[in-house]
Amino acid sequence: MAGKPKDEILHDHNHDGIDRRGFLKCMAWAGTGAFCVMQGGVLKSYSLSGLSGLNAKEMKGELSFVQISDSHMGFNKPANTDVAGTLKAAIDKINALPTAPGFILHTGDITHLSKPEEFDGVDQLLKGASAKDIFYVPGEHDVLGDDGKQYLERYGKNAKGAGWYSFDQKGVHFIGLVNVMNLKAGGLGSLGTEQLEWMEGDVKHLSKSTPVVVFAHIPLWSVYPAWGWGTDDSAQALSYLKKFGSVTVLNGHIHQTMQKVEGNVTFHTAASTAFPQPKPGSAPSPGPMKVPAEQLKSLLGIRDVNYVQGKHSLGVTDSTLE
Amino acid sequence: MKRTVSTLGFAALAIVILMVAGRSRIFGVALEDKPTAQVKIDNFVFSPNPLTVPAGSTIRWTNQDDIPHNVVSDDKSFKSKVLDTDETFTYTFTKPGTYTYFCSIHPKMTGKVVVQ
Repeated sequence: MAGKPKDEILHDHNHDGIDRRGFLKCMAWAGTGAFCVMQGGVLKSYSLSGLSGLNAKEMKGELSFVQISDSHMGFNKPANTDVAGTLKAAIDKINALPTAPGFILHTGDITHLSKPEEFDGVDQLLKGASAKDIFYVPGEHDVLGDDGKQYLERYGKNAKGAGWYSFDQKGVHFIGLVNVMNLKAGGLGSLGTEQLEWMEGDVKHLSKSTPVVVFAHIPLWSVYPAWGWGTDDSAQALSYLKKFGSVTVLNGHIHQTMQKVEGNVTFHTAASTAFPQPKPGSAPSPGPMKVPAEQLKSLLGIRDVNYVQGKHSLGVTDSTLE
Repeated sequence: MKRTVSTLGFAALAIVILMVAGRSRIFGVALEDKPTAQVKIDNFVFSPNPLTVPAGSTIRWTNQDDIPHNVVSDDKSFKSKVLDTDETFTYTFTKPGTYTYFCSIHPKMTGKVVVQ
């Protein structure tokens, strides 16, 4: 690396790996494109515009994957009349990444109305992605009218219950959860007893040094309960993960990037590929946000995640479509 | 003259049948219930809420959002299909009581109908 990037975090007063000023900086960049990576226990953040100054080795992990979310195929209202076009732009962005991702996670709301032709449309477009393996969890828009039957037929062949499952990639344990089924009046997202019991058993025999990635549609932390942006029984799920040194939670649903660190857990929500939603409480409702056409792609995006074995946490890069 | 009278009689009967059919289901044919009260779904809110109506009232819910919603009673005694923008659901409340309902897609959205 030629010279130290000027945005690197230098102060770690609490020896907790996080420099407060740098962390806030990292937070501030979320949504406009940020690259945050834990290296040797120190969180470093860079603006995307400064990335060209970094050498490739620093950027490249042993495991690299992409998260996309909320493609809402079939949506055709003024907030975005061409969701197929913006999904295509997201795929182009994935294909242009310097390191080809090993696979793609889609964190739900694949479709807008659970119609077969909407699922088909997404499947067809994703055939053009450089990564061929795609792992899904359903959003509430993917299980409309049939309690998720069609979703399970398409994507849940190796899944349990309403579509939850786990898998391992290069030493990282991935857990896909479903929190959009059997929702109760007045409540938030819900995992349910059966899924929680399965999850407890799923992680029981893992060593505490195993990095864990949990992905689900609705946020697993209370982003804004008044708009339903949270999951009623997520605390129970997170209690099973306390022993692990590194837990990364990836969610969608709120159509904007947000991050939060709580102990060993780093929470991230992803941008949509279809339309933005307002910041919590900033509008009468969380409905689609209409922005000037030339701004739309700057509010949509993809997320690139890198893991380097032996490092504490996963490096997460959010980048907008334009 | 006789013919005119019978034509008029038939027409009158037809009008009566149509009026009755408009309010309920008769002759085994399900006709679109004519709503006597409206609930709009706008900005993820049911309004008016609560809504008080006399027994026998037919309520029509209309989704005015860009996002689909549904109308599901807490005890599952009535449930709409998924309503996309501008789609409607009607239900007739025959018995007095308090009926609580919600959108099972966005369960923070709740509502109440009081039938007197």
